[in-house]
Amino acid sequence: MKSAAELLDELQGAMPGVKLALATNPSPSAQHSLVVAAEDALRVAVYLRDVAGYDYCSNATGVDWLDKETTEKVKTTRRVKKEVDGVEQEVDETVEETVKRVEPGCLEAVYHLYSMRQGPHDPHPPLVLRMRTANRTDRVELPSLSPVWRAAEFQEREIFDLYGIVFKGHRDLRRLLMWDEFEDHPMRRDYVDPDDFEYEPTPHDEVLKRAEEHRAKLAAEGAR
Amino acid sequence: MTTAEMKSGIDSGIKSYLPPVIEVEAENELLEVAMGPHHPSTHGVFRMDVALDGERVVRLKPVFGYLHRNHEKLAEGTTYLASMPYTDRLDYFCSMTNNWAYALAVEKLAGLEVPERAEYIRVITAELTRVQNHASAIGFLMQEMGASGTPLMYAFREREKILDLFEALSGSRMMCNYMRFGGCRVDLPEGWLERTKKIVAELPRFIDEMEALLTGNEILMARAQGVGVLSPELAVNAGVTGVMLRATGVNYDVRKVDHYGIYDRFSFRVPLGEHGDIYDRYMLRVLEMRESVKILEQALPQIPDGPILDPKSKPRGFRPKPGEAYGRIEAPKGELGFYLISDGSGNPYRYRVRPPSLINLTILEDMCLGQNVADVVLIFGSVDIVLGEVDR
Repeated sequence: MKSAAELLDELQGAMPGVKLALATNPSPSAQHSLVVAAEDALRVAVYLRDVAGYDYCSNATGVDWLDKETTEKVKTTRRVKKEVDGVEQEVDETVEETVKRVEPGCLEAVYHLYSMRQGPHDPHPPLVLRMRTANRTDRVELPSLSPVWRAAEFQEREIFDLYGIVFKGHRDLRRLLMWDEFEDHPMRRDYVDPDDFEYEPTPHDEVLKRAEEHRAKLAAEGAR
Repeated sequence: MTTAEMKSGIDSGIKSYLPPVIEVEAENELLEVAMGPHHPSTHGVFRMDVALDGERVVRLKPVFGYLHRNHEKLAEGTTYLASMPYTDRLDYFCSMTNNWAYALAVEKLAGLEVPERAEYIRVITAELTRVQNHASAIGFLMQEMGASGTPLMYAFREREKILDLFEALSGSRMMCNYMRFGGCRVDLPEGWLERTKKIVAELPRFIDEMEALLTGNEILMARAQGVGVLSPELAVNAGVTGVMLRATGVNYDVRKVDHYGIYDRFSFRVPLGEHGDIYDRYMLRVLEMRESVKILEQALPQIPDGPILDPKSKPRGFRPKPGEAYGRIEAPKGELGFYLISDGSGNPYRYRVRPPSLINLTILEDMCLGQNVADVVLIFGSVDIVLGEVDR
């Protein structure tokens, strides 16, 4: 089987203008991945299945990448009016400022592909295919790859359930593990447990603290 | 989302593998039955919403989540090593193989080597696990066929001996928590190999005995042959693995494909089915038990002395470098995979279990449509699932 980098070249040759990128993996496993733009994902997937021979989708899962806040110290030079020796002059002044930059996060769908057609004669690492949503809040739609690999059917339902990625083109997109009335997505990194506290029979400090908070909250609600 | 949007992917000319739609004459005369969550045939808490036209199944929707405890979230909130005992609770029949799959993924992530002796112990425990899992799976299938108790107790008698071995080795019968990143937790106790050799030597007799009772049995043949047929194309596309896949004739065994561990040192064959029905799955389980015994007979005398843990591996304060890895093994139920992303801290950033039991159920609807409702129980039983792994 071809490596991810070779496949990237092949795909770009076969489909000019396709939006693809290689994401290298620094770990010893060296399982590199292809990042595909959402609008090209379906035709890339069909090519991988029907032409490149990746007929088996082993694993499909989600990853949540939070907004990354990086702080940088930047030196800027400005012309400032200042009084020097009683005379007003324009002087260059260097100020150190901290600049906060927010890298927007995203939700990611990851697929691990193998080839069953190749059989046991050609061991190969998985081809990792990734798709990213535009952000984590309102633009969380991705095309479903379950029409290409049915193996993704339940797994995409699970991603929808636990991460909140909406897969367009999925034939039956419902929650898989949580109940239908549940509203949040528990695998997200910023998920907060709902306050449905019940007293545990073995109290320790943390439990007692939560119990107190819970009682205070109930009292506040009752007063309203 | 509107129905038109939902359909857009399906109608776009891609060759998809979808369950057949069964025409019903009188829609309002269908009987809807919720099989489960507390039904003796569901192996735990699992529900199938079935619509019946007389005895015939025309629709089937599996409902999951009754045993969901978000194993993956728990693992992301704790250290790498602390998840090892949790993996025992996935497929609680096969904790040794669960341990191995997780250890393998972490070893790929951190680049750890496994000493020779530990590799042998892993193969021996994994194959013992396979034997007891397949024996019990056959026992449960017979139970569902109406052979109450006897075949299952035959299987459990053998399983008990193997669980005793696991207890002597790890201190626990089912929740072994035995493997570590880069090896195993403790060395073999004194006399363990001799005891294992004796038990393995008796296994072929047990398999013969079981086969003499079942393989030519008229009731088994009448109820299992040609029922629950799965085509190889659908099986591959739907990611079905393990016995279910090989019963359709597809030659794919991760032990042979990935050469993980030291499996390429042993000579064993991969039994393949022809029809993809329940009987083939039964037969393959029997044959795989025989192949496992063959591997055990080769591995037990060869096991070398030496260390059982990579000296580089640090169970405490373990922090792999940033990166990701996907590791998979051939568990008795199918392909069990673990996907890990490290951000350089002591907890995994992402921890994912690829559960064979859940993904093998993708085609449950396809297999059951058009069959009698009594056969649904058998088809479901022949998939061999454990709900601890389906729901995680």
